[in-house]
Amino acid sequence: MSWLHMLVPSASQLAQMPAQLLIGLINGSFYAMLSLGLAVIFGLLNIVNFSHGAQYMMGAFVAYTLLNVLGVGYWPSLLLVPILVGIVGMLIERIFLRWIYRLDPLYGLLLTFGLTLIIEGLFRQGFNSSGVPYGMPPEFRGGINLGFIFLPYYRAWVIVASIIVCLGVWFLIERTRLGAYLRAATENPALVQAFGINVPRLITLTYGFGVALAAFAGVMAAPMQNVSPLMGSNIIIVVFAVVVIGGMGSILGSIVSGFLLGLVEGLTKVFYPEAASTAIFAIMAIVLLLKPAGLFGKAR
Amino acid sequence: MPEAPILAKTLLQVRGLEAWYGESHILHGMDFDVGEGEVVTLLGRNGVGKTTTLRAIMGIVGKRRGSVTFEGREVVGLSSDKVARAGIAYCPEERGIFASLSVEENLFLPPVVRPGGMTVEEIYRLFPNLLERRASPGTKLSGGEQQMLAIGRILRTGARFLLLDEPTEGLAPVIVQQIGQVIRSLKEKGLTILLVEQNFHFAATVADRHYVVEHGRVIDMIRNQDLKANETKLHEYLGV
Repeated sequence: MSWLHMLVPSASQLAQMPAQLLIGLINGSFYAMLSLGLAVIFGLLNIVNFSHGAQYMMGAFVAYTLLNVLGVGYWPSLLLVPILVGIVGMLIERIFLRWIYRLDPLYGLLLTFGLTLIIEGLFRQGFNSSGVPYGMPPEFRGGINLGFIFLPYYRAWVIVASIIVCLGVWFLIERTRLGAYLRAATENPALVQAFGINVPRLITLTYGFGVALAAFAGVMAAPMQNVSPLMGSNIIIVVFAVVVIGGMGSILGSIVSGFLLGLVEGLTKVFYPEAASTAIFAIMAIVLLLKPAGLFGKAR
Repeated sequence: MPEAPILAKTLLQVRGLEAWYGESHILHGMDFDVGEGEVVTLLGRNGVGKTTTLRAIMGIVGKRRGSVTFEGREVVGLSSDKVARAGIAYCPEERGIFASLSVEENLFLPPVVRPGGMTVEEIYRLFPNLLERRASPGTKLSGGEQQMLAIGRILRTGARFLLLDEPTEGLAPVIVQQIGQVIRSLKEKGLTILLVEQNFHFAATVADRHYVVEHGRVIDMIRNQDLKANETKLHEYLGV
């Protein structure tokens, strides 16, 4: 009897479904935004940016600091924080990453992993591990009852903003001149440079842009949870699984699999809650076996 | 063996150019000149350093030494984007068409470095095939179309000096003819071309002068009008 309940959804499971799907969609919004930045960076730099989670966390903390020290609110932070953290990213690229492009991607992973430990350590020193509350911007207090579910305004905004950002980045990369430079430099950087494009600068800007996306996600996350030094580590492992499933470096793949896996995670919570945290990794293992380059990836 | 070009002024002057790929020393002191408005070829067998010479001019080899002056300005030491910005356009042997870019995106990729380049309409008039296929991915084109795209896209930049690496390699005779016509029409427009070729029959239909390359050095220079008289010698050089 014990396994039968997995096949036929019970009334209580059906009742839970909308709420879990909504949570899944919100988690998926973050997965998509974060894996998008990773994909952009990996595509051009061939570096697995392990410090992406730390940069997401920095986004949340910079927003917190702007609010509590300078009185800069949520809306200006949405723009300011990605710029500030993006600049930090560009410095990291100039100072550390540019030395290792010719080496195996493993070195990039190790270097950014080391940076993560340093960044997280600094923030743990400055704030403590338990974190600090950012608070909900007043215009987002409350929510709307959709009948089958109560939807807090802020969560609705997260979903909308994430979709806008994802589509915007997709458009930028797939449909604009700048995006064409980026795609071309991903394929053959030496030739793109021989056409007169400053590829090292393009690389710096691209890394800064990827980091800015992480910071944007960090600001988006700040009102929903405690801003804590470990918030990045908690999410980044799942995001890496999302990137692997979507296909390393694939823009569309990271968006689609980000949202999709958020939903899968939500559904797993309804039908088999014990597996909720492992479902994504099980899918990753299956995808790696059947399609090692990922659902949308091209074999390199 | 540097020798004064036939035409007015020297555009490119190469002296003692050496280049390496990793540990292997490929160019051992290339010396040659290209005059403004000339079409000059580098002839030679496989692996003598013709392609490397073009890459060394552009600054995309591992290490280079010697002197390359373009319009009187030293370009050895400049990064390749600065060389391109100085007005040298490069069409690589493998054509370098980007798979993730459409034909039109490929065409727009190299930035305009000087005024006076062709418009996209003019390029489409020159290569009507590209117009038909402008939305398809670059690598869905036939070899000939890819070559047209590779040449077409550098004509937009306004660069007056083109480096063409074996533009006829592997193409059908009718396409080779078409490329020959394009090169002659570019010359008529006053562009200067340094052409790497293995096929000297083709080279003879477009070029003013030929430099023969062996072991990373220029070993002879033959004017196109003297080609007939030097045929035996040339056959020996090229091993044909």
